[in-house]
Amino acid sequence: MRELSLNILDVAQNSIAAGASLIEIVVQENSEKCEMLIGIYDNGCGMSAEEAQNVTDPFFTTRTTRKVGMGIPLFKLAAEMTGGALRVESSKNAGTRITAEFKTDSVDFVPLGDICSTILMLITMNTDRDFLYTRKIDGREFTLDTRELKDILGDVPLNEPEVAQWIKGFIEEQTQIISGGVK
Amino acid sequence: MKTLAELNEIREKAKANMTVREDNSDVTRVVVGMATCGIAAGARPVLNSFVEEVARRRLKNVTVTQTGCIGMCQYEPIVEVFEKGKEKVTYVKMTADKVARIVNEHLVNGNVVTEYTVGAFTK
Repeated sequence: MRELSLNILDVAQNSIAAGASLIEIVVQENSEKCEMLIGIYDNGCGMSAEEAQNVTDPFFTTRTTRKVGMGIPLFKLAAEMTGGALRVESSKNAGTRITAEFKTDSVDFVPLGDICSTILMLITMNTDRDFLYTRKIDGREFTLDTRELKDILGDVPLNEPEVAQWIKGFIEEQTQIISGGVK
Repeated sequence: MKTLAELNEIREKAKANMTVREDNSDVTRVVVGMATCGIAAGARPVLNSFVEEVARRRLKNVTVTQTGCIGMCQYEPIVEVFEKGKEKVTYVKMTADKVARIVNEHLVNGNVVTEYTVGAFTK
């Protein structure tokens, strides 16, 4: 994967497949410590202890079509290459928490990339689920909660082009504000 | 600055413009493979471009959705087009640049862009 945001898109698909109604995505940066934390937390069906232990093994998959599953292993590799780590916490019927830590000053650190695009795509392609996106940069943060948006929008769907445009604009604008970038 | 108040306006406007799709069976489905293989090969910008292009042209009878691994990972990003009464068309090695042409020629005018299909690629 050329961007960590693509790993996020990929791993979040597992939450959707697990039947999660709420998927929380956290991207947190600390530039002083050169650290980045990415969390993907869901309230889906979860995994047994054995499954959770095996999930980072590329040759372990719940799929029946073939014998490999590369999503989590690739994400883990991306974290470990920088000197970071990946944690999987899960229990049956209690959701799954995937947390990856990165050292951003490592030469092997893959850039976050177009995270706005990832979040927008997850939201607009899965309007039956809710997403809570939190972006933190050096103590400043913003959140986007689709439950709030749905309250306002009523029966106008989140994938309505004008709504999607608003979400995109909101994420980009807020990201820029907390990055300290002045337009 | 984007505010939640703006969403209220969008809602009112969208409600007024919302047209009921007359007959769901005539809807053309564009399906993009979004498993690990597809995403790694560049499916995200492809899916994005389809959504944007379809919205821009206000194609009411086209839906863009995602699916898992289609099974030919070496040809990802893969896009399948399902039209009522026609055989499925599979586009392979997709890029965002190819999207406009497919929307234009295939979805609007009904002419399959043969050179981008799996048939042309595996020859």
